[in-house]
Amino acid sequence: MFEIVSQAIDLAPLLAAVSDPTAGAIVTFLGTTRNHNDGRRVTRLEYEAYPEMAISEMRKIGETARSRWPIHAIAIVHRIGVVPVGEASVAIAVSSAHRAAAFEACHFAIDRLKEVVPIWKKEHFDGGEIWIGSQTGQRF
Amino acid sequence: MDIRVRFFASIRQKLRRDEGACSLPAGATVGDLLEHLCREFPALVDMRRSVSTAVNREYADAHHVLADGDEVALIPPVSGGSGDSHV
Repeated sequence: MFEIVSQAIDLAPLLAAVSDPTAGAIVTFLGTTRNHNDGRRVTRLEYEAYPEMAISEMRKIGETARSRWPIHAIAIVHRIGVVPVGEASVAIAVSSAHRAAAFEACHFAIDRLKEVVPIWKKEHFDGGEIWIGSQTGQRF
Repeated sequence: MDIRVRFFASIRQKLRRDEGACSLPAGATVGDLLEHLCREFPALVDMRRSVSTAVNREYADAHHVLADGDEVALIPPVSGGSGDSHV
């Protein structure tokens, strides 16, 4: 399960997608909007994706995770649009027979997602907005 | 040959458009396309070093030779997920 959604992320479908009688562990990760960053008071985050490529890159992360760790299944869902403080922008679920593989694969998946999946984050804070990772932020 | 170009995030905002079309001679590379775009949109020059490119939804470097009908995306630094800032 690799999806981009524009509403609040529901973890239940991810758990359903990875659950299996052979699994002894399901590890989940939620990335949530933090109310502060780099000394700024963050009011909300706004995500934009290149959806077709983002899904394809998420699928590749899943394939790489499966080739490196003995996991049963992996699901990744990313939310786009405005994500208010405290809400999740990304959810990952990984199942495996033994917990170590699921923990490691989940850690790999979120790190890799942030490096390669074409999704961008604009931070709205008190006094301005900035595209994270770019040099084009502006205060006004 | 005709190439479709897509712009996202900081680039889309700076150029005030999310896509464009380019006509290039056969054998042109991604690098040639970038030079063409920098002439058309001088605002891109400052961003060029930090931009990655994808051809038909796969990352591709400046040496990649384009074909008629290709879709090229200009990809500013990505920052999906949440939590730690990624700069």
